Amino acid sequence: MDKDRSKRYVLHRREVVKQLLDNRGDMLVVAGLGAAAWDITAAGDVPLNFPLWGAMGGAVALGLGLALAQPSRRVLVITGDGEMLMGIGSLATVAIQKPENLAMVVLDNERYGETGMQCTHTAGCVDLAAMAAGNGISVCSTIRDEKDFNTTLPQIRNSAGPCFFNIKVRAEDLPLILPPKDGAYLKDRFRDALLGSDAAAIR
Amino acid sequence: MTKTNDEIWPDEIFQVLNAHRVQQVAYVPDSGHTRLIQLCHASSEIKAIALTTEEEGVALLAGAWLGGQRGALLMQSSGAGNCLNMLSLTRICRLLLLMLITMRGQWGEFNPWQVPMGQNTEPMLKLAGVLTFAVDDGRRVKATVAAAARMTFEGPAASAVLISQQIMGAKTFGK
Repeated sequence: MDKDRSKRYVLHRREVVKQLLDNRGDMLVVAGLGAAAWDITAAGDVPLNFPLWGAMGGAVALGLGLALAQPSRRVLVITGDGEMLMGIGSLATVAIQKPENLAMVVLDNERYGETGMQCTHTAGCVDLAAMAAGNGISVCSTIRDEKDFNTTLPQIRNSAGPCFFNIKVRAEDLPLILPPKDGAYLKDRFRDALLGSDAAAIR
Repeated sequence: MTKTNDEIWPDEIFQVLNAHRVQQVAYVPDSGHTRLIQLCHASSEIKAIALTTEEEGVALLAGAWLGGQRGALLMQSSGAGNCLNMLSLTRICRLLLLMLITMRGQWGEFNPWQVPMGQNTEPMLKLAGVLTFAVDDGRRVKATVAAAARMTFEGPAASAVLISQQIMGAKTFGK
């Protein structure tokens, strides 16, 4: 483990997420619990965000179910390295289903941010992009600087999926910018915004 | 040869899922669900999704419902414990979830390692806020799944049908 390495990474998670979500159009966004949920909220709390406050390990699987249900909409899952590690098998499930509309981004600061910034396995030898590639996800890469990020941004937004991007971001303490906490409200506002009057009818 | 009522229950579950417009069926395989999984894979109405672990299915079907599709989750009872924390998602977001669980460790089980989870499946699901519907007669499976599906989709509720080893026969590995 190298506990100091990610203190020197040049990309900042809030700026990365702001750019990912800038002019997002009708993209559907799922965020894993903790910092990733605060990051998407900092970029603007909108009904087509589904920020998780729990369900650790479930972000990618949830994004997959959504992508399969809504094949004409781009689905972007943004999560952290600890959350991704807990649900790592879901990358295999995604790879088998091959949803073209699903993009996954890990904000990898090599830390468990909500519990005291302890190291995750990615602070050691564990390479999430290689794990995604090993599952057969053909578009995957690790992004380490602004040049990489600018080159990759159009892929994250548009490339035929499933695609997986591990973005190395600086380990930093940031102000908490919290989304609504009521899960039923988050679900209902998401379904109303996505499905409109069908949301009730589909019941 | 005509199949008996005891043998057609997987086909009957499939009919119930179609009648309730279920479009995503996620599963970790179990021998008791073999026929139903085959039917789902062959269906043009249903997407069958193999999981690496059962809790993936809880999250996956949460996403399906956010996107407007109904789902069902198939597993054996040993997988129910894997779902426990993820069932918080279903409960706190008031999502609907239909689980069809084939039991192990319950009736004539030859493998003692299956017994702890098999015995704890129903109380654990109840503690997690899941409605449970146990069935031990093949002729009652269709009506039981229909009742659970109705309460799930008219809910929203999380429901689990527990299909007894009395229906499937206890696995023996030829012993």
